[in-house]
Amino acid sequence: MGGYFSEILYGSKSLLVGMGITFREFFKPTVTVQYPYQTIKMSARFRGHIELIADAEGKPKCVVCGMCERACPSGCITLGSTSVEVEVDGKVKKKKILSKYELDFTKCSLCGQCVENCNFGALEFSKEYNLASTRKEDFHFNLLKRLEERNA
Amino acid sequence: MSLTLLNVIVAVVIAIAFAAVNAAYLVWAERRGAARIQRRPGPNINGPFGLLQPPLDGIKLMTKQLMIPGGADKILFMVAPVLAMAPAIMSFVTIPFSAGIAAHNMELGVLVIFAFASMGAMAILFAGWGSRNKYSVMASVRAVSQNVSYEIPMLITAITVVMTTGSMDLKAISMAQSGGFWHWNIFPSLHSPLMPISFIIFFICSLAETNRAPFDLGEAESELVAGFHTEYGSMGFGLFFMGEYANIVIGASLTTILFLGGWDCPFGMFPGVWWFLLKIYLLIATFIWIRWTFPRTTIYGLLNLSWKILIPISLFNLLLTAGLLKVF
Ligand code: SF4
Ligand code: SF4
Repeated sequence: MGGYFSEILYGSKSLLVGMGITFREFFKPTVTVQYPYQTIKMSARFRGHIELIADAEGKPKCVVCGMCERACPSGCITLGSTSVEVEVDGKVKKKKILSKYELDFTKCSLCGQCVENCNFGALEFSKEYNLASTRKEDFHFNLLKRLEERNA
Repeated sequence: MSLTLLNVIVAVVIAIAFAAVNAAYLVWAERRGAARIQRRPGPNINGPFGLLQPPLDGIKLMTKQLMIPGGADKILFMVAPVLAMAPAIMSFVTIPFSAGIAAHNMELGVLVIFAFASMGAMAILFAGWGSRNKYSVMASVRAVSQNVSYEIPMLITAITVVMTTGSMDLKAISMAQSGGFWHWNIFPSLHSPLMPISFIIFFICSLAETNRAPFDLGEAESELVAGFHTEYGSMGFGLFFMGEYANIVIGASLTTILFLGGWDCPFGMFPGVWWFLLKIYLLIATFIWIRWTFPRTTIYGLLNLSWKILIPISLFNLLLTAGLLKVF
């Protein structure tokens, strides 16, 4: 009999404690981000699609060594190069420069092998996550063009 | 009071409008309240504070196609939502909002409201049976056993109040409590020291009668899809929801009249309909607050609570009140 009443009292007390908690939560500020209107800064380790890094002059740091293209397990990267003649220490030398850097993001697994394998620090992950489209072609990125757009 | 046809029509139209507006905006209040408790803003895109959300939801529900599942019992399937809504509206007719505002005051008002309230269980049973869906049937069996077991303590506490007042007339019960909060039935000095507990029992029972969380076993989403209204879309679903919210308003009104003095002001000043509305909306806010605090109980926990705790205590209070009335 004593157990009966103490159980009721204990139960009622725990219900009141629970209601106290929700009452306090009610007056606290909201913590949600109103997504389309507000966005949050992505953390440093966030992996978006890859992006070229520019040097001081705004040109890609990439030397077209092709390591990223070879390292990619999914074969998403297609490189293109042209050779130009530049003067170094009074001598005319041939130099390859990047003319095309295409990323097929539909196949990319964000493994990071390309970034790992670049010895020239020319690749990084972008913080872009607003990627939604109904067309496959929208995920074939021309990274060179994107770099130019960023420079502009 | 002469009851002409026009009077009846006006009363019913007002009752339907009141129920519909309440249902629409209580859903809004519920969603905003739930959101605040979970530290979200809730619906806030349509109109200021999301106030246009309910009419838009209404348009969405009304423009949807009415579907009847194959093999369903057509008549029961169509009757059930109406049966969920109509008794709730009828109950509004007897509720006195203040000394002058009552569609039709009846001498047996308490009885009328309980009679209509028990028809709600029938609507759930019809919906579950008519849908030809095993989840719906399970849900309606649960809901009916729940309604039956919670109607008993609810009626016993109502009888306790009726005994102290000596009338089943809702208006007379309110009048008997006028003149300050110490006259209200919830306060123990006058009739029985157990009255506050009776009030809590009545409140718990009205939660259970309206199938609200934590007693919403009839629509336990985690186990029974959506319970008895799984097969309903469009306005059938809309009517069930309007019925549910109208029942909440009725439950809160009845609690206010029986225990909290109806339209009486706690300090004996300015009695009027605003006190009544204030009291019922405070009670409804508590309903919402409870819903978003507690998880759903099990069916055993639910029935044990009624048969082992609420019924014995309310019976004891009935006997105690009867004894005290005899002595004093
Ligand atoms: S992250 Fe991996 S899959 Fe994507 S482009 Fe780089 S190497 Fe290829
Ligand atoms: S590994 Fe680096 S430097 Fe070499 S091609 Fe790829 S991005 Fe250019």
